[in-house]
Amino acid sequence: MPTAIEVRELTKTYTEGATAARALDGVDLDVHAGEVTLLMGPSGSGKTTLVSIMGAILRPTSGSVRIAGRDITRLRERELPAVRLNHIGFVFQGFNLFPTLTAVENVELALKLKKVRGSEARARARALLDDVALSDKYHSYPADLSGGQKQRVAIARALAGQPDIVLADEPTAALDRDSGRTVMRMLHHLAHEKGRAVVIVTHDSRVLEFADRIVKIEDGRVSNVAEWEEQHA
Amino acid sequence: MASLAVRNLFHDKVRLAVTLTGIIFSVVLVAVQTGLFLGFTTTTSNVIDNSGADFWITSKGVKYIEVGVPFSEKKLYHARAVEGVAEAEKYIVRFGTWKHPDGADLSCEVIGFDPDTPLGAPWRVAEGSVHDLKLPDTVMVDRFYAPKLGVTHLGQTVEIRGARARVVGFTEGIRTFTTAPLVFTSYRNALRYTDIKADQTSYLLVKAAPGVNLETLRATLLHRLNDVDVMTTREFSGKTTSYWMFGTGAGVTVIMAAVLGLLVGVVVVAQTIYAATIDHIREFGTLKAMGATNGYIYRIILQQAVVSAVLGYAVGIALAIAVEVSSKSSGANIVLPPSVRAGLFGTTLLMCISAAMVSINKATTIDPAMVFKG
Repeated sequence: MPTAIEVRELTKTYTEGATAARALDGVDLDVHAGEVTLLMGPSGSGKTTLVSIMGAILRPTSGSVRIAGRDITRLRERELPAVRLNHIGFVFQGFNLFPTLTAVENVELALKLKKVRGSEARARARALLDDVALSDKYHSYPADLSGGQKQRVAIARALAGQPDIVLADEPTAALDRDSGRTVMRMLHHLAHEKGRAVVIVTHDSRVLEFADRIVKIEDGRVSNVAEWEEQHA
Repeated sequence: MASLAVRNLFHDKVRLAVTLTGIIFSVVLVAVQTGLFLGFTTTTSNVIDNSGADFWITSKGVKYIEVGVPFSEKKLYHARAVEGVAEAEKYIVRFGTWKHPDGADLSCEVIGFDPDTPLGAPWRVAEGSVHDLKLPDTVMVDRFYAPKLGVTHLGQTVEIRGARARVVGFTEGIRTFTTAPLVFTSYRNALRYTDIKADQTSYLLVKAAPGVNLETLRATLLHRLNDVDVMTTREFSGKTTSYWMFGTGAGVTVIMAAVLGLLVGVVVVAQTIYAATIDHIREFGTLKAMGATNGYIYRIILQQAVVSAVLGYAVGIALAIAVEVSSKSSGANIVLPPSVRAGLFGTTLLMCISAAMVSINKATTIDPAMVFKG
């Protein structure tokens, strides 16, 4: 499988006054297209920092992150939005939908950022909602959707820009078992059928069965990388 | 994006109401204070501005129209003899005492002019004719002040400085800054209604012949006439307005109130837009994660500020116009010409956009990790 994200010698140190805390300490990691990669580890281990840097919304202290052949750590601040827009889709634990927009408008907003407008944007947004089995919820506001439905809208929105990479932060944490499995099946489908690189930060052991690789992080370091089969051999 | 900005704005109706209240309050306050200022400046100098003269010849050092020091009428003949002078007339502006029918003495401002010429004549004549003032003992007053003066009808006989006068006409909308009503009459009559001596005048009004260089004419007039100032109508108007507005502090007070109104508006709007931005900060973070540029987020916040400004201005200016209309029948004279209304719209936009700047700074320096918090 081709490498979608190549992380090398990545460090991140947060400083506040005279205090410095190292969140990442020399992380090396390859994320492959067509696979679901789980990032697991205890709270404060550096998972969110790693996914933030891979998502081009946080700069590392040192090291490199290559996406589509470019080291994004060397890009200027104003070049990073284009990386996020063209290569990355985010799925958040809290869904992060816009409460004043309907489901279809939430997805359309992501398309508008890619300069897709008008009837084309509306048609594509509906098609994306159809793909996540929400054809009957186009005009529902987030407040009127269940947790699972909200997360499916969020997935549809994340896919609007046709990204190579989907970064999901605890996507099942706020969902019941059935909804969580539905969401994970969709993310698994994205990797295996659409060839996307899917990275999931999670504490939820229920999602392990959907993983192709599991990356364990402790104290800012990758402590173990294992194939699902290896884990359960 | 447009819908997100507007939807967010209208989502919290209480906050929107607070924002709009702040803007409306500011617009009304600034409009009324500006209108009062303009009303003051108009009323302080309206007699000068509407005189039709090119030059006002005054005693030396006269600061404003109400305090003209009388000088010899011989200067009139000297002025008329100057080449380039088409017309020169004596003109009296002097406080007098009007006897109200109930016996009270009221201060009034007697304007004495030559009814055979248009120089210094009343304007906005609503009833009667300027020619009627050629008759002895005749005066014209403004309808607004008629109740104050106890005038109920044309032909009514009144008393000014112990002399008989008959009201032969009404003007409409000629207000006075000093609150002493203007009383237009002929120069000859004015001599009896004021303490000006028969061989004196308060001012000379000069009309230049067509094509004459005004600066050259002014220099010649100054050369021929001793101990006088020769001011263009605009200069004397500006001097009079400046005295009343800034010499007395009246204008400064009004300007200060307008500035305070603006500041209050900025603070209220800044506070509410900032609070709204904080409420939606997670959404801005999500937008950034989705690939939105800072410019895109600026536009959302600015659009909210602009929509707030337009709505607040529309209501605020409507209220201000209502105040302006009602002022026509009250003691305060508020003037809001289209240029001021347009300027105020620009000011409101600027106020709201300035207020939004604080929020823009907040929204574009979001901690990126916050979007990952559950």
